[in-house]
Amino acid sequence: MVTKTISPSRGPAKTSGRDRAERKLAFRMTAPSLVIMALVAAVPIGYAIWLSLNQYSVRTAGLSRFVGLENYINALASQEWWAAFGQTFLFAGLSVSLELVLGTAMALLLNLAFKGRAVLRTVVLLPYAIITVVSAITWQTMFQPNMGLVTNVLSTLGLPGGDVVWLGEHGYAMAVIVMADVWKTTPFAALIILAGLQVISAETYEAAELDGASKWQTFVNITLPLLRPAIVLAAIFRTMDALRVFDLPFVLTRGANGTESMSMLAYTQLRENRLVGEGSALSILTFLTVMVVSVIYVRFAGGNIRDVAKEEQ
Amino acid sequence: MSTLTAERPTAELATRPKAPKRRLRGESKLHPLVWVFVVAVMAFSLIPFYWLVNTSLKKGASLSQGELFPSQPTLENYLVVFHNPEFLLALRNSVIIAVVTTTVALVFASFAAYALARLKMRRKAMILTLILSVTTFPAIAIAAPMFSIWREIGLYDTLLGLIIPKLTFALPLAIYTLTSFFKEIPRELEESAYMDGATPFVAFRKVILPLAVPGLATTAILVFISVWNEFLLAVTLTTSPEARPVPVAIAFFSGTSEFDQPLGTISAASVIITVPLVILVLVCQKRIVSGMTAGAVKG
Repeated sequence: MVTKTISPSRGPAKTSGRDRAERKLAFRMTAPSLVIMALVAAVPIGYAIWLSLNQYSVRTAGLSRFVGLENYINALASQEWWAAFGQTFLFAGLSVSLELVLGTAMALLLNLAFKGRAVLRTVVLLPYAIITVVSAITWQTMFQPNMGLVTNVLSTLGLPGGDVVWLGEHGYAMAVIVMADVWKTTPFAALIILAGLQVISAETYEAAELDGASKWQTFVNITLPLLRPAIVLAAIFRTMDALRVFDLPFVLTRGANGTESMSMLAYTQLRENRLVGEGSALSILTFLTVMVVSVIYVRFAGGNIRDVAKEEQ
Repeated sequence: MSTLTAERPTAELATRPKAPKRRLRGESKLHPLVWVFVVAVMAFSLIPFYWLVNTSLKKGASLSQGELFPSQPTLENYLVVFHNPEFLLALRNSVIIAVVTTTVALVFASFAAYALARLKMRRKAMILTLILSVTTFPAIAIAAPMFSIWREIGLYDTLLGLIIPKLTFALPLAIYTLTSFFKEIPRELEESAYMDGATPFVAFRKVILPLAVPGLATTAILVFISVWNEFLLAVTLTTSPEARPVPVAIAFFSGTSEFDQPLGTISAASVIITVPLVILVLVCQKRIVSGMTAGAVKG
């Protein structure tokens, strides 16, 4: 870009004329998308903030009373919010860490050149395309008391867990929700990490081999550090997604047994209890939580991502 | 092929030990433990599918006993699903919503992505950050106010009322993925179009867009899957079968036939809507992989 502007073959006047035309075109081409996103993201969020400052009558729709921060104070003082907050973070922590470990292992596997790699890649990708609701139903059927695959196999082998009502107890229900999520989204983490793996040059490995490094040493001292940006990126995407979790607990437990997520709690207040003000306050709190976490991530790992961006240019 | 030519590479290998040996070793030998891991990963990915299909083929006692293979496989659950008008309606709704959203998102996103990838532009970094930040919004933050706005202006429980908010989440995904595809097209092509007197927009439409077809196809698949999959907006903004898409219809399936074991029919419905997606993955797995990784690492 820099060389282009000082290139002597084109006059500076002509270049700036084209510059202006390009900027104008760029503005026109980006505007529709930005307008749509602003209208359907920024405006509703502004409206949600307004709704959250009001109390709506449950019986008479539309009848409202300005209450200031009361909905927020009530939410932050309630046990439900903190329970949902805690459960969402527990779910995100468990599923994201499992997905990163499994995803890294899967990526290393997919990076090996062996016969059948294409088959493995396709098979691994299948759960990603499954809609989350179906994935939830699938895992639900596997853990049905007596008639599910897992409960059946466990009791046949005489192992514990066969006679448990998995979705009827907090710890077990959470385990099923985490497994369903890991099953569906590990391929996503694996592919991002695989892309990071393919950027590492073969020469780096050859040098390590010449120095007599063992496979494990090579992995810990070369692969993992060079892979860090990709892993962090996968972690960011997956964490943002996990903190917004809704479909899985909705289908698997309807939020029972302490598996209600932040999004679910807001939904329940809004749709089932028709508490528009409270529901909006909870959805804004969910939004703020996700935003704070993403800012923390970018703050601590952002340099990493910027380095990747620089190398790519 | 003669034995002579077949032998030659091996002879060469002996003189150049390091680099080619590495490639060869990777191709031929895989540690037995690695094979165990390959099989475990495959099983983990496939067994749930098997169980879903297995459950969908069972009825009555064979369902409640949880047989590992259906002793009396029956297609009855599938017939029930196909005779369920609500399911057919949901299928129609999902197709309309996904096709319209994907098409509209692709048109607008290809403009925006081209400008962001190629044209000189003020505040480009800020705009990209803004677009990215939309993807981090929890859908509930949009769904809550949409619920109120849509009820006031009559878009609640309509297909259009679902397409509009879904577009907001489809656009950044499409822009992000397409930007990285546009960046990969050689710049010389536009330069030569400019030499021929084309304006930047003509260069985009006549030269770049046709070359970007693979990238557009990839983006379309990713957007389609995510729109088809989306649940929270769909469940918040609909209330009747007339506007309900497939995921919501399936989630509420259990209520319709409680006297029977509904698990069989739910599984059958799940299999029915999964088959097209599985075919999509089988046919387009390379595209899906490149799309998912292009947006992520090359952005």
